[in-house]
Amino acid sequence: MNLTSLGLMPVGLMHYLILSAVLFAIGLYGVLAKRNAVVILMCIEIMLNAVNIALIAFSRYVVPVQLTGQIFALFVMVVAAAEAAVGIAIIMAIYRSHQSVDVDKLDLMKW
Amino acid sequence: MVFDIAFFVLAVIIVGAALAVVILKDVFRAALSLVMLFFTIAGIYITLHADFLAVVQVLVYVGAISILIIVAIMLTHDARQGSTSGKLRIPAIIVGLLLLGMLVFTVVTTKWQLNNTPPLEPTTAAIGMKLFGEGGFLLPVEISAILLLAAVLGAIVLIREK
Repeated sequence: MNLTSLGLMPVGLMHYLILSAVLFAIGLYGVLAKRNAVVILMCIEIMLNAVNIALIAFSRYVVPVQLTGQIFALFVMVVAAAEAAVGIAIIMAIYRSHQSVDVDKLDLMKW
Repeated sequence: MVFDIAFFVLAVIIVGAALAVVILKDVFRAALSLVMLFFTIAGIYITLHADFLAVVQVLVYVGAISILIIVAIMLTHDARQGSTSGKLRIPAIIVGLLLLGMLVFTVVTTKWQLNNTPPLEPTTAAIGMKLFGEGGFLLPVEISAILLLAAVLGAIVLIREK
C-alpha cells in the first residue's frame, strides 16, 4: 500500500484538523450523553485539547514564524486550568448538598 | 518522515483513548485513559514543532488537571455507579456525528493558505519575547494572572464548609 498515493503522506494541516475535529466530536458526545458530572468535565477537557491541536496546527502551517497560534493555545490552557478548578469546586458543592453528582437529578432550576 | 509515522501512531492512540473516556463504565479507568490522552497530545505538539507547549501540556494537564479530576472522583462516591449515559444518548451520537461531518467537510473543501517557511525551533525564547516583549501580549498575561487568582479564590469560597 502506497501512503503517498492515498493522500495520507506527507502529513499536513488537514490531517491535524481532522484529528482535532474527531476529538471535538467525541468530547461533545460525552458532554451531551454522560450523567456523571466529573465525566462531563473530563469531556470538556477533551474538547479544549482538540481546539488546542487545531490552533497549534494553524500556527505551524499558516504562520510558522509568528507563533500567534501557540500563544493563543497557551491562554486556552490557562483558562482550562481555571475552569477545571472552579468546575470541580462546583461539583464538590453539589455533591455536598445532594450526595450525588448525577446531572439528571439536578433539577433545582427546573419549574 | 519520522514525524509522519509518529503522527499516525499518536492519532490512533488519541482517538482510542478519547473513545475509552466516553465508553468505559468505570470512572476511574476513564480518568486514566484521559491521562494517556493528555500525554499523547503532548506528543502531537512535538510533531508540530511546539516543544514549549508540549512541556506545558505535560505540566498543566498531566501534572495538575488530571490529579484534580482523580481527586474529584475519589471525593464523590458516584464512582460505584459508573459513568452511565443518560436518556439523550442516541441524539448525542447524532449531534456528534453531524458536527464531525460538517467540520471534516469544511476542512477538506477549504483552500488553506499554507506557508512553507520552516518552523521556529526551539520556540521557548520566541514565545517569551512574544509574551513579554515590545508590542507583545503583556496585557493578556496580566489579565490571566487575575483570572487564575479569581479562580483559586472562587474555588476556595465554593468548597468551604458553611
